[in-house]
Amino acid sequence: MNGWLQHLPMLPIATPLMVGALLVLLKESRRKTRLTLSFASVLFQIFVAYQLLLATAGHMPDLWPQDIAVYLVGDWPAPFGIVLVADRLAAVMLLLCSILGLAALTYSTARWERAGVHFLPLFQLLLMGLNGAFLTGDLFNLFVFFEVLLGASYGLMLHGTGEMRVTAGLHYIATNLAASFLLLIGIALIYGVTGTLNMADLAVRAGQLTGADRRLFEAAAAILGIAFLTKAAAWPLNFWLPNAYGHACAPVAAVFSIMTKVGIYALLRLGSLLLPTGAPAAFGGEWMFPLGVATLIFGAIGILATQQAERLIGYCVIMSSGTLLAALGMPGVALTGPALFYLLTSVLALGAFYMLIEMIERTRSFGADVLAVSLEAFDLDDPESPDRSDDVVGVAIPAAMAFLGMAFFCCALLVAGLPPLPGFVAKLSLLSAALQTSATDTPSLAAWTLVAAVLLSGLAGIIALSRTGIRLFWTAEDTVVPRLRVSEAGSVSILLLSCIALAIWAGPVMDFLEETALLLDRPQSYIDAVMSHQPVRALGGMP
Amino acid sequence: MEIILAVAIGVLTGSGVWLVLRPRTFQVIIGFSLLAYAVNLFIFSMGRLRVGAAPVIDKSGEIDPMLYTDPVPQALVLTAIVIGFATTALFLAVLLASRGFAGNDHVDGREADL
Repeated sequence: MNGWLQHLPMLPIATPLMVGALLVLLKESRRKTRLTLSFASVLFQIFVAYQLLLATAGHMPDLWPQDIAVYLVGDWPAPFGIVLVADRLAAVMLLLCSILGLAALTYSTARWERAGVHFLPLFQLLLMGLNGAFLTGDLFNLFVFFEVLLGASYGLMLHGTGEMRVTAGLHYIATNLAASFLLLIGIALIYGVTGTLNMADLAVRAGQLTGADRRLFEAAAAILGIAFLTKAAAWPLNFWLPNAYGHACAPVAAVFSIMTKVGIYALLRLGSLLLPTGAPAAFGGEWMFPLGVATLIFGAIGILATQQAERLIGYCVIMSSGTLLAALGMPGVALTGPALFYLLTSVLALGAFYMLIEMIERTRSFGADVLAVSLEAFDLDDPESPDRSDDVVGVAIPAAMAFLGMAFFCCALLVAGLPPLPGFVAKLSLLSAALQTSATDTPSLAAWTLVAAVLLSGLAGIIALSRTGIRLFWTAEDTVVPRLRVSEAGSVSILLLSCIALAIWAGPVMDFLEETALLLDRPQSYIDAVMSHQPVRALGGMP
Repeated sequence: MEIILAVAIGVLTGSGVWLVLRPRTFQVIIGFSLLAYAVNLFIFSMGRLRVGAAPVIDKSGEIDPMLYTDPVPQALVLTAIVIGFATTALFLAVLLASRGFAGNDHVDGREADL
């Protein structure tokens, strides 16, 4: 039993890789086999993520004494070989990713999986890239997993084709290619200056740099920061997001809701490791906080301005990124735990929201978003939409509209941060932690700015979402009663029930996440665990 | 020697950035290719420029690391080239699909109304 447990950190990467390769080999006509394999892979990833969560919570002390699961790929010791590290933060992100993947996969089996080719293998490779990005302890390996994840996302983004989707995909690919080049330049500079790519070793060596080397390192960290911020959808770099995510098909957009959080994870990871050596300005918070507030305000304005529901959710994603950047940019560690809780709720809520909006769109007749005057003025007719076939066969649930309405209401509560759902718990703990973290009695200007920005964006969210809800459900004429399949309604329900579970068990979850935040603040245990992990076989024959 | 390489990387990056910001998809993809060249040369040069020292170890006798160039940046460049190759191919396919759908090669799918 001990034998396979030591390979735990490698399994979330190897499983989707091999299953994805196997799925490419199987013909499209063997649908049952392919679906069984895909579901088995995702369920296994959930199981492994849960085991890693137990390991980092201290339940496997004989294997990993410091509660950090380290895996030496190829059995090469730490600064020379690539190392996979699963600490609490990585384990939480892995579990979140697999649950979201399960829901999106379930939704896709209803219709979207057959709308094009190679959906299932690309989905597995996307999960592989996400898992790898969360697990890796090596900078260049992080770049490679980012590319795997982005490559799969390009394919999934274009799934189902159509002119709008391809144009949005072109812009999405171009923006991410440019960000990847910046990532490469930053990583190369860091290697050139410090001589190492291992994150733990980098934390040690970065502190020993002085003078011109230090300035070069700070420049490299800044370039790296820009690349991560583009992926995290920070303000001047996020204009691609509402368009790209809005045009992707529903299960793909749902799983994209975690992709911005990968950028934030990278910023958090590198920031926490470089902290004891004096974080370079790129990861420290001097500009992270203003950028976060600017992103939040941009999202709030966007959410009020947009008319289409998919773009509205895109701006909700931007708002969640802004809140996280602003919270992580505040000095001190008190806000990191609530920020992680907010991350969990926002990913689950926005994933559910994308799938829900697609189901709601089936109730809308042509031109429902446009004013009748505009329709006549521009002489628009109902075109034959090639990729909107209405022959989805399913059980005509009489309460379909009721389900859609309730689910929309839950998503709106989650995004706006109103009780009793965990969006409220997250925002409340964020704001109370912000108002308490000051050395003196009165909170700082930054804390007040954060409170004001979060509350104003919440207000903008309430206004926009209630307006959208009224337009979608109450004032819509000629609604078509939709036919929902159990897999579609079920996947949205899985995510919303996970959110409700987060609210019920908010206490233990928040304690766990605050413990995670404290461990991030003291990276010495991470560095020691990585550098002191011995390979299984002793290195012989080396001079 | 370094100045030649630095100027070359600079020229490639500048041309690449200018082309990426152009409105025709073919110019964008050539721009990305030039940027890829520039970034790959940059990564390679992080191993410091060294003349006449191949990264191949002579196994007889004591190994003195000062005799060889740094092989890690060369491995990084190979990986980056391969990844860039794949994404360029994908971008080309999307470019052709966009051309087919829109009928023109503008990046936005339609000409700007000026």
